[in-house]
Amino acid sequence: MKKFSKLAAIALAAVSAFALCACGSKTSTANGNENGTDASSVKVGLITLHDENSTYDLNFISAAKAACEKTGAELVIKTNIPEGQEAYEAAVELADAGCNFILADSFGHEDYIIEAAKEYPAVQFSHATGTKAHTENLENFHNAFANIFQGRYLAGIAAGMKLNEMIEAGDITADQAKMGYVGAYTYAEVISGYTSFYLGAKSVCPTATMEVTFTGSWYDETAEKTAAQTLIDNGCVLISQHADSMGAPTACETAGVPDVSYNGSTASACPNTFIVSSRINWEPYFETVINAVAAGENFPVDFCGSLEDGSVALTDLGSAAAEGTQEAIDAAKAQIVAGELHIFDTATFTVDGETLTSYMADVDSDAEYAPDHEAIVDGYFNESGEGLRSAPFFDVKIDGITLLDTAF
Amino acid sequence: MSNKKVHEPLFHIVKRDEMTFKKALFIRLLAIVAALLLCAVITMVVTGQNPISVYGTMGVGAFGTARKTWVTLQNVSILLLISLALTPAFKMRFWNIGGEGQVLIGGLAAATCMIKLGDKVPGGLLILIMFVASLLAGGIWSVIPAIFKAKWNTNETLSTLMMNYIAIQLVAFFTVLWEVPKGSGKIGIINQNTNAGWLPNLGVPSFTGSKYLLTIIVALLITAGMFIYLAFSKQGYEISVVGESVNTARYVGIKVEKVIIRTVFISGAICGLTGLLLVGGINHTLTTTIAGGQGFTAVMVSWLAKFNPIIMVFASLLIVFLERGAGEVATNFGLNQSFSDILTGIILFFIIGCEFFIRYKITFKRGGHKK
Repeated sequence: MKKFSKLAAIALAAVSAFALCACGSKTSTANGNENGTDASSVKVGLITLHDENSTYDLNFISAAKAACEKTGAELVIKTNIPEGQEAYEAAVELADAGCNFILADSFGHEDYIIEAAKEYPAVQFSHATGTKAHTENLENFHNAFANIFQGRYLAGIAAGMKLNEMIEAGDITADQAKMGYVGAYTYAEVISGYTSFYLGAKSVCPTATMEVTFTGSWYDETAEKTAAQTLIDNGCVLISQHADSMGAPTACETAGVPDVSYNGSTASACPNTFIVSSRINWEPYFETVINAVAAGENFPVDFCGSLEDGSVALTDLGSAAAEGTQEAIDAAKAQIVAGELHIFDTATFTVDGETLTSYMADVDSDAEYAPDHEAIVDGYFNESGEGLRSAPFFDVKIDGITLLDTAF
Repeated sequence: MSNKKVHEPLFHIVKRDEMTFKKALFIRLLAIVAALLLCAVITMVVTGQNPISVYGTMGVGAFGTARKTWVTLQNVSILLLISLALTPAFKMRFWNIGGEGQVLIGGLAAATCMIKLGDKVPGGLLILIMFVASLLAGGIWSVIPAIFKAKWNTNETLSTLMMNYIAIQLVAFFTVLWEVPKGSGKIGIINQNTNAGWLPNLGVPSFTGSKYLLTIIVALLITAGMFIYLAFSKQGYEISVVGESVNTARYVGIKVEKVIIRTVFISGAICGLTGLLLVGGINHTLTTTIAGGQGFTAVMVSWLAKFNPIIMVFASLLIVFLERGAGEVATNFGLNQSFSDILTGIILFFIIGCEFFIRYKITFKRGGHKK
């Protein structure tokens, strides 16, 4: 009997372990809306790290579906593809299945997509958030990103307006205007994001400060929830995030703390605390590429969308937004589009008490993290600038932001 | 007191005598058929899809194209290798639940060689160093709990399990140390341009299988080797004796401590070899999830096959087939991944559950009959 219970325990352990690990293939939607456009010859393959439950991946899936519906291109989606050889297998399987444009959405997919691109020179591959297309010199491998820091800045303005409202109402003093930010990794994309968010808030609420903590994962609902709760316990009166689950927004809703989310509106799950959310709208990019592929034309090696072309978008304001927020956002947006306002204007922040006059950024990826390009031009940090690369490389630690941990 | 009626339960569970192979096989087939029927009903009720075409799609997912077949065989090989690695330890009643960690440590050793020696030593020598490093790393990782077991009779189920988490954290630490670009938490493909330390592809590049063949051949060799080792070698016999009874083993002069440590080292070394294949041959990178939980799935495979290496081939094939087939079902029918996981879960539940009916029989209460 003892032997049997041991056996049962092991079988149980094995089964539960299997259940935990049994995720990891693909889902798809075929979508052949033939409406007469010549893009119907285009078959798009989309590779995503998670599925619709992740706000990040959902943002890609929705955009791809909308763009394909509009242009008449066919769409095949493979979800839950890990950042390993599986990404290569998924890409070549899509190529074998006749896709002529294949996009992968997660940072760790990039090297595997490059391998697939080398093998299928007739198929166009693209990788969102990647850093290597501008140095790889492969004709059929592309990167894409958008100036999301512009969207973060505008969302930051909404946060700052909320802080002002709380100060005026006497809920907090001006010195207590501390925000919290749940980040994934100490990666440039995250640093660029939280810094632009902070600068947006500071532009309307000068006493604002911020604490940042990192979870070490792009999607970890429990860790993000715990991190948000820790920040709230630390006295943060407003939370934002750069991680892909609903962890932080739901923690805010429970605690009644206003929240600026990311990748799309969380208003339905968090009706009382949702302020606004910024996101990259991938639809313009998908459309550009589908039309280019249909016409047999080239498209940018390293595409960088912006507020202007609709690639950077803000959701509608939630009920928690302060009065006058929309007007403030619209005004700043007009200035950004007109080129009058630069997000990383060196006059608006200091590093160790000093104004930044020169900064060599690591634009070309290498194992030594060697800085290779001067990023300060005309008094501002030229994030994702022309001739550099689309993926963010702003990794300066500015005053006013405290990092609680940097383990990841 | 004495005239109180004795309540007889509705049914008894009675241990069976040893069942014939044919009858046991019949029960297992019956379980699979029952599982497929239940899955068919659930598929129809929940999704309205035709179950026959769903099953057909599973076949396409695993074997639909030449490449799909090769990937399926490669995945079978990896799961099979880990299952084979655990088997000698299990046969000795040493519950090595640490396959996951031993694979990871083997992979970590291979990745370390690729990163640190990639541009310093010639290709062939580098692969040789990686081979030795991975096997040793996996072996040493498994031997640590084995020494504690042999010397102080500690519980190896717990200690091998815990060693997994240490291995995962070590890999996480080195991932952050070697990440490119900074802060991204990803090492990326190692030596992507030089291919230093990449295990060779076999055959001409135009042959689809060339990328996958090495892993498959290694798995075949280890399967044959393990079968012979367990069934015909003196050491294999010692493993059986220690597994049956430690005291008998001592009585006939077997050095039990030595057998435990030696066997568990072999177990860990084969896991380390699998780590080498995963890092040097397949993924060319290192992540904490590179073993993907297969160190645990392998425990089930080894048990399902009753520690027989040949049957293990089929058990691994079954599990990989379900996994890959389920993925294809999700793709073609626009269903969520979770639906395929449900189907896989049902099938495995029936297969594991039927083992109960092979070992025990249920006798129901019959009215009027008294002993």
